[in-house]
Amino acid sequence: MSESVAAEHNYIGLSEFPTMEATTMSDKTKTRDNNNVDDNGLNFKATELRLGLPGSESPDRVDSRFLALNKSSCPVSGAKRVFSDAINESNKWIFSTGSTTATGDVGSGSGPGSSAVKDGKSTTFPKPAVPVKEKKSSATAPASKAQVVGWPPIRSFRKNSMASSQSQKPGNNSETEEAEAKSGPEQPCLYVKVSMEGAPYLRKIDLKTYKSYLELSSALEKMFSCFTIGQFGSHGGCGRDGLNESRLTDLLRGSEYVVTYEDKDSDWMLVGDVPWEMFICSCKKLRIMKSSEAIGLAPRVMEKCRSRN
Amino acid sequence: MNYFPDEVIEHVFDFVTSHKDRNAISLVCKSWYKIERYSRQKVFIGNCYAINPERLLRRFPCLKSLTLKGKPHFADFNLVPHEWGGFLLPWIEALARSRVGLEELRLKRMVVTDESLELLSRSFVNFKSLVLVSCEGFTTDGLASIAANCRHLRDLDLQENEIDDHRGQWLSCFPDTCTTLVTLNFACLEGETNLVALERLVARSPNLKSLKLNRAVPLDALARLMVCAPQIVDLGVGSYENDPDSESYLKLKAAIKKCTSLRSLSGFLEAAPHCLSAFHPICHNLTSLNLSYAAEIHGSHLIKLIQHCKKLQRLWILDSIGDKGLEVVASTCKELQELRVFPSDLLGGGNTAVTEEGLVAISAGCPKLHSILYFCQQMTNAALVTVAKNCPNFIRFRLCILDPTKPDHVTSQPLDEGFGAIVKACKSLRRLSLSGLLTDQVFLYIGMYANQLEMLSIAFAGDTDKGMLYVLNGCKKMKKLEIRDSPFGDTALLADVSKYKTMRSLWMSSCEVTLSGCKRLAQKAPWLNVEIINENDNNRMEENGHEGRQKVDKLYLYRTVVGTRMDAPPFVWIL
Repeated sequence: MSESVAAEHNYIGLSEFPTMEATTMSDKTKTRDNNNVDDNGLNFKATELRLGLPGSESPDRVDSRFLALNKSSCPVSGAKRVFSDAINESNKWIFSTGSTTATGDVGSGSGPGSSAVKDGKSTTFPKPAVPVKEKKSSATAPASKAQVVGWPPIRSFRKNSMASSQSQKPGNNSETEEAEAKSGPEQPCLYVKVSMEGAPYLRKIDLKTYKSYLELSSALEKMFSCFTIGQFGSHGGCGRDGLNESRLTDLLRGSEYVVTYEDKDSDWMLVGDVPWEMFICSCKKLRIMKSSEAIGLAPRVMEKCRSRN
Repeated sequence: MNYFPDEVIEHVFDFVTSHKDRNAISLVCKSWYKIERYSRQKVFIGNCYAINPERLLRRFPCLKSLTLKGKPHFADFNLVPHEWGGFLLPWIEALARSRVGLEELRLKRMVVTDESLELLSRSFVNFKSLVLVSCEGFTTDGLASIAANCRHLRDLDLQENEIDDHRGQWLSCFPDTCTTLVTLNFACLEGETNLVALERLVARSPNLKSLKLNRAVPLDALARLMVCAPQIVDLGVGSYENDPDSESYLKLKAAIKKCTSLRSLSGFLEAAPHCLSAFHPICHNLTSLNLSYAAEIHGSHLIKLIQHCKKLQRLWILDSIGDKGLEVVASTCKELQELRVFPSDLLGGGNTAVTEEGLVAISAGCPKLHSILYFCQQMTNAALVTVAKNCPNFIRFRLCILDPTKPDHVTSQPLDEGFGAIVKACKSLRRLSLSGLLTDQVFLYIGMYANQLEMLSIAFAGDTDKGMLYVLNGCKKMKKLEIRDSPFGDTALLADVSKYKTMRSLWMSSCEVTLSGCKRLAQKAPWLNVEIINENDNNRMEENGHEGRQKVDKLYLYRTVVGTRMDAPPFVWIL
């Protein structure tokens, strides 16, 4: 059974993705193990994102998560069922707590803190049914359409195609936070086009499936495997490190290609300067260029860095 | 009964092709049953668990064409876990063992594996046609086996499947001797395509009528393909992505002009809008247009294209066309029979641009309209009443208001009267999907008037068990009833158990049925498979002392002649 999960189709084409995520996730958790609360005051333990394959986390971690859940406000039995599912079922991707908390508290609204949720694989995700309303008799509409499983009734295939096009709409990036507050598998992805010099056609990737520049870099590498992509950024999970000037020029000199992106102001920037979270909020398009062309970008990039500092 | 020799009767039966009619013929007398079963070549199985392959082959040993449907319809919307069932392999294994001369296989919502595709490709020498709709579980390696081993392959039609694309060379697995292709549809593949192999394949397929490309086929390759296949009738354009240099674009325009047989157009997954005009010269011939994946084309370009399509019978578009765009459709496409309007903004952020006005305009302008699927933000009873008056010929009417329990936005009333008008006026209605705020009243109307209704989809509707009872008692031809998030419980479920003999299946999720109700049903009806899908608390259902009163999360029941299935996963409990 687990094979079928592992082999499940990642429509982006990165079938290696699940393993990559699993290792990253467990790394991330180790660093956060002792902190229940991170810098932003969010209780990450309770809202931990779980995208790793079952079995990639240790049993006691699962337990403490369950405990954290019981502590958090989950008055609805529907929400509880979801969690016992997460623990009992060994074949499933584990739902994040944020999503079910939100669906459990219909109408009460869930703050952004409870929902650092992202499900990059909204297609093949087996979903436990979480009833949006406990009692049907009152004709209250669900708090948000995105929270209702299987609604609107559109085939997964079509949803994915639409999701990949939606990132092209202007202003979509600014809604990222709002979109993240919506929970559940139907939430939008953040697809951006990736072009490469000399490649006959473009690709699209969902930026939300990556947690760091490193992941993005390896994903791009796999996608455009015949070319070498320059290493950029050393940003891990927390991503607050900037890239200093000398490091940047080292990297540019050292490799044939670099990755650049078009930001909200329609400027072409070098990938790797800003913290990851800031990057995915402002990135509209990606382009892999020859480093000789990218050198021209560097001075401007440094200016922007300096003005921020 | 037999005034003629069997051969004559058999010859007469050859003219009867619909499986419903064939089923009816076989019930006339034993002799006709016997003649019919030996001459039946095409079999349709609406639920793969209603029968097993051994019994199928015992009855129809001369089977050539098989249609199989697996998962229940709501599986399309992720309401059914992937491991639920619908496995193809046992069927292929049984068919292969029996050495039946299988030529065509059409599957919907089945779990297909590379292994089953490989076995299929090797077991049937005359295999010609494979159509997979909304299936999953296989990769391009499976396609490679089909390409390599099926010497007489005519159709390879992949519609909206979840295929793991290994970006291999499956297209180059077609041998050079393969020249028989009529249909090649791989639009749902996400990976790269070997363009050289594709062009050579198309060039050596003079009978190719339907070609649907995936997004990895760029504009200049499209132009070359169309030059190779000017006889094409059905074209899926694929990506249309690259901004073409003027030479590519001119070539494309010239190639398109030569495709005088082109009747159906689809794709445009990442269309550059200004390239659409290249198709204007052939639009007057088009009978079918599917722009429902063309998210990047906006209203005005869509309208410009559609204005040229006066013969259109089938149109699938996004709601970005707007009410104004639908008015253009209504005034241009007088031959329109089927319309599907899909939502372009799944976040429901109010960007959806079609309302009840668009629907009314279409109903007024298109007298031949008989099938509609319409996603919109709002609806009124008045609009539905008008639509019913304008179009009493609906066979399929599916309305999806994106906010599941939204009332009439003008009067704040439930939409009972509107849907009631539809079922009353449309006497041939076979399929209906409801949405919006609805009470038991709408079901009273449905039970009273929808005499031909075979499939009904209900979500977030009704008040009491009476609603469901009206439907079960009234709709004599009901085959598939699927209900979610509605307050129907054991009383309705158990009221008339024999009703389920006449139905293919019943789905109820997030309703009020309890475990004890389901158990009672299973006891009363041993010819039913009553399946409880409980991914959440499989164990709890059994241990809990209150188990009888515990609500069942998902119930799926279906008539069957072969009893409990053996391949159910642990979270499916068959009572």
